[in-house]
Amino acid sequence: MQLAAVVLVDGLVYASYLFMVGVGLTVIFGVQRVLNVTHGAFFAFGAYMSATLIGLWYGADLPAFGGFLMILAAAVIVGVVLGVIIERGLLKFLYDRDEHIVVLATFAAFLVLEDVILLVWGHDPYYAFQPMQLLGSTRIAGLAFDNFNLSMIGISAALATGLWYALRRTTWGKMLRAVIFDREISRAMGINVTAVFLGTFIIGSMLAALGGAYLAPTISVQPGIGVEVIVLAFAVVVIGGMGSIPGALIGAIVVGISRAAAIHMLPQIELFVIYGIMAAVLIWRPEGLFAPVTARKI
Amino acid sequence: MTRLIDRTVIGLTAAAVLFGLLALLLPDWVRFIATQSFARGAVALGLLVLWRTGLVSFGHALFFAIGAYAAAFVQRALVNDAFVMTLAGMLGGGLMAFALGFLLCRYRGIFFALLNMAFSMVLWGLLAKNEALGSTDGMGVASPEFFGVELDGGATHLALFYFALSSALVFAIGVHLYLRSTLGSMSTAVRENEIRLEYLGYSAARAVHVKYVISGVLGGFGGALMAMVVGQVDPDSMAYWTISGEFVFIAILGGTGNVGATFIGALAFEAIRSAAFQWAPTVWQLIMGGTLLAIIMFLPNGLWSMVARLRERRAS
Repeated sequence: MQLAAVVLVDGLVYASYLFMVGVGLTVIFGVQRVLNVTHGAFFAFGAYMSATLIGLWYGADLPAFGGFLMILAAAVIVGVVLGVIIERGLLKFLYDRDEHIVVLATFAAFLVLEDVILLVWGHDPYYAFQPMQLLGSTRIAGLAFDNFNLSMIGISAALATGLWYALRRTTWGKMLRAVIFDREISRAMGINVTAVFLGTFIIGSMLAALGGAYLAPTISVQPGIGVEVIVLAFAVVVIGGMGSIPGALIGAIVVGISRAAAIHMLPQIELFVIYGIMAAVLIWRPEGLFAPVTARKI
Repeated sequence: MTRLIDRTVIGLTAAAVLFGLLALLLPDWVRFIATQSFARGAVALGLLVLWRTGLVSFGHALFFAIGAYAAAFVQRALVNDAFVMTLAGMLGGGLMAFALGFLLCRYRGIFFALLNMAFSMVLWGLLAKNEALGSTDGMGVASPEFFGVELDGGATHLALFYFALSSALVFAIGVHLYLRSTLGSMSTAVRENEIRLEYLGYSAARAVHVKYVISGVLGGFGGALMAMVVGQVDPDSMAYWTISGEFVFIAILGGTGNVGATFIGALAFEAIRSAAFQWAPTVWQLIMGGTLLAIIMFLPNGLWSMVARLRERRAS
């Protein structure tokens, strides 16, 4: 019973940060048809930026709860700056190219950004534990869980609801769905597709950076975190169905819980259980568990 | 019946002989890098076979790693011989591709790429947690013998270089002839219009399956050769997704227009990487990524398009 509770809570915490990263990837794929490998670098940038800003904030002895503002600021700064650079500076030229070439181009940009991180922040790990300390911990099933981690679940739930609302209930969402459905007709109907692409990419990048920024206080921020997270995000997105927001949520929960269960019960399979599920989903339902219904164009 | 020997076959053979003679004058480390290039080039050649069908795999490190581990395992358990180890690697890669091919031959586009990646990451997870296979540290591979002849360090490297060069030549010509055959020329047909191909009475799935096995064998060869050259197999530098990315990188760098181009791409890749490691170790990824971006933007058909352009100029 205690084990089940631990797996559930750990799994949901893990799932919530995977959701932040995965949902950005899925939105970008849904709208632009780009499988964006640089997403992993945005995540890493978010984490480093957040660690730096939090360090500065507490170094200047400012009010303690402002640390959370710094997390948000890091996500916005990284999302806007890198989002604009990559979309306007790179992807813009590649929309009419083969989809594999685009993936490879983002892989190249990812390699470049990985080294930019090293150039800016160096090889030493960064710590930004203050916001985590601030929130204390709660006992669940006899074990202490950090409230900071638990708050991540709330943030992700809010994000999921907000995105769902924006996409289904606002004009902007309607435009986005139109672009997803048919790029050319939307353009003919007067939708500024270029602006929609840029806007989507910035929001997607912000979400990736937010995942990193929010995770930063709980880990030691060091080189290599982006490489790992991007394949996990791929798994999340594939499991849920590429381009589907509810899919990203389900995918994140599946990956989060199964990873937590593997860690606690069968550590030998921890590393590959996620990719095993990913392969199984691709075999059984290649469009993903919750793929949006697509019109077949002939 | 087309002629068996055409311009490409002659060109490849001449290039290989020339490079083989030239290599005698070059220092040992150049040959060492070249041997590694041939290992990676072989995997990229397998990707080219798939590419012609419009399929890209983001998980060919799977076969690379299987080849490498098979070679290492055979050396420990059976016999320490370069040829046997290589055959084991090719067999391992081929069998795995044959088995997975039944599934993968139904997939196209991004799903094909991602399912390959999922399988390669499963293997990575298995290898990294398997203590019998050395977990993340992997295993050492001793200098291989050639037909029972034990050579010293330098001679082993020289022998491996010529072994790699001649194998690369054989594979390049083999793939070239395959692509010219009826089965091979179905590649373009699958890419352009699969339904029409089926109506003509061919099976697209079977054509893809054959290609997949070829690419698996080549991947296994590359892995086995790499294991013998560097004397080490481990999951992070053999099975991780970034390694798969590098293979696609090489295929693009060389260009997919000619079988020789993949080896040019592989040599360029290793040369750039070694130079970057040597003179700018802090930004080598930046240099690699920048090169790749430049190729995608300005030379969409890879380095080979420069050769093709020269030829055109001479023709006109």
